[in-house]
Amino acid sequence: MVSSVTPSLIINELSKDLGPVPALNNRMLRVLDSVSLKAFPGQVTTLLGSNGAGKSTTLACAQGLMRPVGGTVQLLGQDPYGDNPALRSRVGVMLQDGGLPPSMRPVPLLRHVAAMYKNPIDIDALIVRLDLESFGSRTIRRLSGGQKQRVALALALAGDPEVLFLDEPSAGLDPQSRQVVFDLISEQRDAGKAIVLTTHLMDDAQRLSDYVYIIDKGRTVAQGTVAELTTLAAAEHETRPVGFGAAPGLTLPQPPAGLHLSETTPGEYHLTGVSTAEHLHWLTSWWAREGILPKHMNLQARSLEDVFLEFAQKEEPA
Amino acid sequence: MSQTIAKSNAVSTPKRIALQGKYETIMMLSNGEQLVLAVVLPIIALFGLTFTDLLEGVAPRSIDAAVPGVLALCVISTAFTGQGIGTGFDRRYGVLRMFSTTPLGKTGLIFGKVIAVLTVLAIQVVLITLVALLLGWEPNLFGILPAILFLLLGAAAFTALGLLIAGTVRPEATLAITNLAWILLAGVGGVLFPLSMAPHWIQPTLDALPSAALGDAMRSALIEGRFSIASVIFLVLWAAAGSFAAIKLFKWN
Repeated sequence: MVSSVTPSLIINELSKDLGPVPALNNRMLRVLDSVSLKAFPGQVTTLLGSNGAGKSTTLACAQGLMRPVGGTVQLLGQDPYGDNPALRSRVGVMLQDGGLPPSMRPVPLLRHVAAMYKNPIDIDALIVRLDLESFGSRTIRRLSGGQKQRVALALALAGDPEVLFLDEPSAGLDPQSRQVVFDLISEQRDAGKAIVLTTHLMDDAQRLSDYVYIIDKGRTVAQGTVAELTTLAAAEHETRPVGFGAAPGLTLPQPPAGLHLSETTPGEYHLTGVSTAEHLHWLTSWWAREGILPKHMNLQARSLEDVFLEFAQKEEPA
Repeated sequence: MSQTIAKSNAVSTPKRIALQGKYETIMMLSNGEQLVLAVVLPIIALFGLTFTDLLEGVAPRSIDAAVPGVLALCVISTAFTGQGIGTGFDRRYGVLRMFSTTPLGKTGLIFGKVIAVLTVLAIQVVLITLVALLLGWEPNLFGILPAILFLLLGAAAFTALGLLIAGTVRPEATLAITNLAWILLAGVGGVLFPLSMAPHWIQPTLDALPSAALGDAMRSALIEGRFSIASVIFLVLWAAAGSFAAIKLFKWN
């Protein structure tokens, strides 16, 4: 009966004030301003933004931990506010600060939380997967940041939830744990779970996301698939830098208007402002004339970071 | 739609509360400072008051005068100071937030704490009773059931007050306030010593304290076999006011 197009989470025009803030003459600070988003089963929906952009606040409102001043949240078709064990049993949450009791050991804590569910995930397999036994004899107080992250992720997965909220899941992870965590997230997605995660790391967003919302200063400034965002408006005004390596100290010709050619470090050159094939032709013609064969060259694709910076800059007050 | 709402992966509410009660009890019993507060200090108080004449005139024998107050002190140790400090730090570390995202929820968290308080209190009462009986305690048998009721009402009132403090101030402040209150209430709050031993001018003030209601009710029950209706009313009022304030003012994070 479940249609694949029914969103697991619908956030509509969410607004939230915090404060009063002494620095603002005790006025309230608007931390979320009409944020709307949807998350679908079988997809990773990412909230991308810098620290303090409002990502965690959005999640807290979506999870029902915080009441917004305006807007609505529908989580699995229900209002998330108030005690609703049935709804909570279908939603897993990894908090940014973890919320782990410092005097507990990881595995007993995980087993305790898993016992709250009728059909928990395979806990033994999860313990092996996240290698929780390797630090199982220590209390949570003595774990490293990355180890705590793995415990917090395990807790979020304990009930084999339909919706998984992950606040900065890769923070503090070493490269191997990061790969394990990313694989787990991808598997959950492939198993049809709706995953909502936040990150300030472009790389994570690019690798994991099916759909990205760029959040800046409490507003959604752009949204789309990674491919959509990186090609968004590219035709209009996008320029791509070209880098190449050649003999140091070349005499540089004067490029056409709008382009800038420079030697950034000895032997490394940079041409900025490239927006047409003609510009590339100009560059290769110069190489042909002078008999230059570059050691390497690359035409940089627009990354999510470019998109993010572009939208974040747009938001700066003029 | 109704099918969607009925869908749940949570075990039953009583089972969740029982699980959390066990978890919280283990947390309380595995904390060294809490054990000192819950068991060691009350036993020291019991010996101190039994082998001195500090409680002269309260009961014909000093052991009979001491035990009721020591049992009342156990309530304050566990329900108020121990539970308050634990909850304060749970709040600091986001543990309350984490558990409220699980099927346990806020209700389960609170009932789990209540179960832990009652379990630890039961252990304390059994221990103190055994030691007291070895020391020759002869309680008034008519007072035993009333005393159990007073212990439960006291636990309710002090749990609510402990949660109120833990939920409104920083954990360091909770630590300071509840430890200081424990010492003051034990000494001059009508817990170990009857209020009739205090100066007359301060008695009406101290009489209003839940500690005095609890301590004096325990003594009149276990020494004279009397049931103090006034103390019941006082403790119920404190429990109700404390719960109301805690529900209104408790900040989860």
